[in-house]
Amino acid sequence: MSEADRIQLEGIHLAFGSRQVYRNLDCRFPRGEISVLMGGSGAGKSTLLRLMAGLLRPDRGRVVVAGEEITSLSERDLFRMRERIGMLFQGGALLDAMTVFENVALPLREHSRLSETDIRAEVERRLVAVGLPDTGGLMPRELSGGMLRRAALARAIVTDPEILICDEPFSGLDPLNVRRIEALLIELNRRLGLTMIVTSHHLPSSLRMASQLVFLIDGGAVVGTPRELLASEDPRVREFLEAETAGMPGFEAVPGVAS
Amino acid sequence: MISALRTLGYRTVMLLEHLGHMAAFVGEIGLNLVRPPFRFGRLVMETFDVGVLSLAIVCLSGATVGAVLGLQGYNTLTRFGAEGSLGAVVGLTLVRELGPVFTALLVTGRAGSAMAAEIASMVTTEQLDGLRMMSIDPIDFVVTPKALAMVLVMPMLNALFILFAFFGGYVIGVQLLGVDGGTYVTSLENAITFEDDVAGTLLKSVVFGLLVGIIATYRGYTAEPTSAGVSAATTGTVVTASVTILIFDYVITALWGV
Amino acid sequence: MQRSPTRDLTVGLFVAAGLAAIGYLSIQIGGLSYKGDGGLELYAVFDEIGGLKERAPVAVAGVTVGQVTAIALDDVLRARVTLDLDAGLELPSDSSAAVRTSGVLGDQFIALEPGGEEELLVSGEEIAFTENALSLERLIGKFVHDSGIEDE
Repeated sequence: MSEADRIQLEGIHLAFGSRQVYRNLDCRFPRGEISVLMGGSGAGKSTLLRLMAGLLRPDRGRVVVAGEEITSLSERDLFRMRERIGMLFQGGALLDAMTVFENVALPLREHSRLSETDIRAEVERRLVAVGLPDTGGLMPRELSGGMLRRAALARAIVTDPEILICDEPFSGLDPLNVRRIEALLIELNRRLGLTMIVTSHHLPSSLRMASQLVFLIDGGAVVGTPRELLASEDPRVREFLEAETAGMPGFEAVPGVAS
Repeated sequence: MISALRTLGYRTVMLLEHLGHMAAFVGEIGLNLVRPPFRFGRLVMETFDVGVLSLAIVCLSGATVGAVLGLQGYNTLTRFGAEGSLGAVVGLTLVRELGPVFTALLVTGRAGSAMAAEIASMVTTEQLDGLRMMSIDPIDFVVTPKALAMVLVMPMLNALFILFAFFGGYVIGVQLLGVDGGTYVTSLENAITFEDDVAGTLLKSVVFGLLVGIIATYRGYTAEPTSAGVSAATTGTVVTASVTILIFDYVITALWGV
Repeated sequence: MQRSPTRDLTVGLFVAAGLAAIGYLSIQIGGLSYKGDGGLELYAVFDEIGGLKERAPVAVAGVTVGQVTAIALDDVLRARVTLDLDAGLELPSDSSAAVRTSGVLGDQFIALEPGGEEELLVSGEEIAFTENALSLERLIGKFVHDSGIEDE
């Protein structure tokens, strides 16, 4: 196990009923890099994130997070392990009975000994960082999709985790908001050196931000840099890329995809 | 024949597994009750949702049930010239049976279903997973305050239901049908004792509160993360809790004679 | 946690009302402890108390002035009843106690008949004159027996 890898998956098997999701899947996510998980619906992108977060256990195989094997941890040890991980859920997963401020403040209130003034300042700083100043008093249902995603991002990073897991951060957003969140994620990665694992359908932004692309195909993972995968001769990868880029005018700009 | 036996075996195993999960769930709640942090603020919030929001329907139903009892009781008792015992009839019926059972069924419909739906929709929208990722145990943060509020609030609502029902019976029996007011009150107070009746009603309502709290939170917590799952958890809570309340009512009455 | 003053107040009012309701039910209606002053404790010994129970009311001229707190058998197998009465009650020493029934189906209670003596009963004393509970069976039995003798 190399110290360069923040998360390692080894020989993962998982089935939901009769549906085999992973068959002997191996994959590693390097420290300080942005990895983007791609694959069709049902390929198990979100499920893989849940495995890494310890929200789900594989049928077989090892999940190693920051050098610690987590598949055999108790629920209590998992809570300790998760303090290293921030997670951005697809729907935001903000508690809808609390204001945005209280949502972002919650991890601090639970796990830090900061005074009320410090918490207030810290939350405000994070909300400004994601471009949502003065929204602390709003309820999550009063936010638009893009704002919700950014508020959730503020909550995910408020305790300064080493690893940030993002489930479909771009889905259902307009291009402007996609760009905004993409820029935020890249900035977080550059400035804080966060290891990031992102699932996405959105090929252009994935290609822009990823230093490693992971394609989930047929229960396994095909891993490489964007450049390598775009040049890949693997018919399954080509099929996916072509389906994703079909009908996207001007996509010739991305090398290797132009047909 | 073989297949019928196999089905029976499967059902039995499923039931046992289900009960096992439920027992573990209840154990978790119990553990969180005695282990800090004690989430007093959340308990207040849940007390509001369970208690204050159920107050109107409980009081209104209480007064109505009391009025009906007053009317029925009077019509029956007057045949024996015993309308002086109206207070005793209304009082004993309410304190021993109707109060706790009615209140528990009303609270199940009003607050128990809402509780299950809320937790189930938190499952669906990944809010519970969100809590887990913040290293917060959803059973500690969400489930325990809700279940505890149910247990604390049920005897209070039960007592309020009974008092409103006494009042309803008084209005009908005394104001409308002409039973002597003093006789009604004296007969009621003499018929009811703390040891035999009031303690029983409190025991029943605490047990019912516990049942509704556990069933509602468990059904919500284990809901499928879909909108069908939310509605199944809600309906399931009302059906399971109602039947369980009636069964336990019989059991408590049979065992302790209240 | 998010605190809202209005909600906290409402919850506070609700809990106060709920506890008051439980208290009222237990103490006033359930008679957990007698509501009056108490203080004047008297005894009365009966040959027969019928269906008299603890917590039965004690009345003077129909007004409730206390309750039965204990019923026990004394050395000579008579029923010794302890009465807890309002402290301010001025009961002459030759007053009498009777076990009576209220209404047709009603419960039994103790009716006190004040006497004419100047001296008053004080706590711990015994009411000397008592009248037993009327037993319907015994009454009928006696009537049949008596009339039988007369007929012979």
